[in-house]
Amino acid sequence: MNDALINTLNSIIASATPLIIASLGETITERAGVINLSLNGSILLSAMAGFAVATVTSSLWLGILIAMLIGAVIAFLVAFGSLTLKQDQVAIGFVLTLLTADLAQFLGTDFQNIEGPVAREITIPLLSDIPILGGIFFEHDAFVYFSFVLLAVVWIFMFRSRAGLSLRAVGERPEAAFSRGVNVTTQQYLYTIIGGALVGLAGAAYSLGVKAGWQATPAMNGDGWIALAIVIFGGWHPARVVFGAYLFAILRSLVSIIQRDPNIDIPVVLLNNLPWILMIVTLALVSGGVIDRLLQMLPLHWQRRLRGILRSNPPEALGQVFNNQK
Amino acid sequence: MTIRDFSIRLGLTLIPIILSILATAGLILLLGGDPISVYSTLYESAFQDQTTVARVLNVWIPLTLVSIGLVVTFTAGLWNIGVEGQMVMGAVFASWGALFLDLPPILLIPINLVLATIGGLLWGVLVGILKTRLGVHEIFGGVALNAIANNIAIFLIAGPWEPPEGGSAQSTAPFPENALLPTFSVDFPVPTVLLVITIVGLVIVGFLLYFTRWGLELKAVGKNARSALLLGVRTERVSLMALALGGAFAGLAGAHRVLHFYASLRPLVSGGIGFLGLLLVLLVGFRIIWMPFVGFVLAGLLAGSTRLQALQRIRPELVGDSSLVGVLQGLLVLMILYFNGIRERWFARDKARKANIHE
Repeated sequence: MNDALINTLNSIIASATPLIIASLGETITERAGVINLSLNGSILLSAMAGFAVATVTSSLWLGILIAMLIGAVIAFLVAFGSLTLKQDQVAIGFVLTLLTADLAQFLGTDFQNIEGPVAREITIPLLSDIPILGGIFFEHDAFVYFSFVLLAVVWIFMFRSRAGLSLRAVGERPEAAFSRGVNVTTQQYLYTIIGGALVGLAGAAYSLGVKAGWQATPAMNGDGWIALAIVIFGGWHPARVVFGAYLFAILRSLVSIIQRDPNIDIPVVLLNNLPWILMIVTLALVSGGVIDRLLQMLPLHWQRRLRGILRSNPPEALGQVFNNQK
Repeated sequence: MTIRDFSIRLGLTLIPIILSILATAGLILLLGGDPISVYSTLYESAFQDQTTVARVLNVWIPLTLVSIGLVVTFTAGLWNIGVEGQMVMGAVFASWGALFLDLPPILLIPINLVLATIGGLLWGVLVGILKTRLGVHEIFGGVALNAIANNIAIFLIAGPWEPPEGGSAQSTAPFPENALLPTFSVDFPVPTVLLVITIVGLVIVGFLLYFTRWGLELKAVGKNARSALLLGVRTERVSLMALALGGAFAGLAGAHRVLHFYASLRPLVSGGIGFLGLLLVLLVGFRIIWMPFVGFVLAGLLAGSTRLQALQRIRPELVGDSSLVGVLQGLLVLMILYFNGIRERWFARDKARKANIHE
């Protein structure tokens, strides 16, 4: 395998990282039955704040911490507005996504286009010596390694721990969870805030990592929406969500390869539509009847097996606010 | 309603407004600006005289147009975030007419307005088809179609519709005089046709929503689509109709941006007015009656922000641009939503307490 290909694959892994962290965070939140629609703005504000704090204090860790804190606070605002004050969850999330994006723009003016600290690349000893794979997976900054660990942690937590079981119960059958003594609202607060902190970390993974710095038109604008779509495409399952994030990163890298190729003459702006078209197509595939129709052409026992893998069903009580007085 | 109830309600409406103004003032201070100068500049540049009022009306018209459509889609229970893209497509369609049709204004202007309506409508229906046929939630369909519409506009500006002298990718060539919407007067540059359409649209849609079977069906679908379907309402058709109508109004708003405001097609031509429309409709709690008045205030803020930015070179204490106004508007809606919740909790508890006393 040649070096150019290894480099491309390496950069795909890097550019998928913030998407992975954000969509895993949102997966946790939505599994608990809460939709945090503020992702796009949350990522922008935490990216800006993380970069600003890291620049002023020249401490990466402080920047990351502030970014996570901001993500968590925004998520808390969603939870408070919807779970406690019983206002429309989507409305609160949508208003917050606009508000935080404007806030990032307004407060970030002084930090536009300046050099700041960037997470440095850490080459993992031994593992990076593995031919091919070492160059693809083990020459990255810490955010990337964290995203590998995060997938494992979220998966084990969700499917192999008692707390994870109750998390899923809260999102699927809140009444049943409640009658078993689970405090539904407290759990939803907890997982919304944890998910939000991860979204904030994703912001830092942009501004202190792959898309270092802060601009008047931030490069990561729009990715929050893509992350939300990836959660649906991933069927609220951490492994599939990560797969979805890599799929998007691969497509984007293809777009930039086509752009650089002098022989192919497609305007860049039209190529920029591809990720959005992919978003619509994948959502149509997993949520509509398209999959069912395609599956019906296959033999029966294949149908059953594939349906389980391909279909994407939201947590039963997603977006419904639990009211224990009912 | 007792006087006590009334004053609580009034307080719970005023407090969020005051809080969001104070919080924004805090942010201005944080950036080393002077909040009082900023607010007074915003106020003066919106409501000082005829010229400034015309400036506000030129934001108010597209804002109200998109909001009329959004009330319809919200009533049908749809989150039409795609409204921005529908505005852009309306603008693109109208720009095509303005650039390539050489007709006298009496023909060209109605044709262009119809083109804009069709452009917005098609983009709205696309969201609807994605939702009803393919199961793509309208929020995601809308977000994607917004981005695609903007990319199409940028492609046209930088490519096929580039001005003949070579473009900077900033705008198409200015549209010819006969394509621009006629205004009241030079001192009051507000396009008469669209002002009339806006007001008539408000009245008609308000009437349709409150007094017709169609309005009732929309509400039924919005409240509970499944029951509506069981009662014989064709829910898919109602959703599609609502999105088509919403798109049509957004398309007209797009026409205002290109056929009057910019007199050319520009990237990000909507200027965020579609999203502001969503905020406005949330702010007035979906009540169309309040929309034109509250919309005037929001339009004034947005119009004032341009002036704010223009004055910054000579008066550095005026920090902020449209993002500052966006923060103020976003905070306002968030606070209003929160205080709605607080009010509901308050009155529920109050009721429970009274019920206990009577027992």
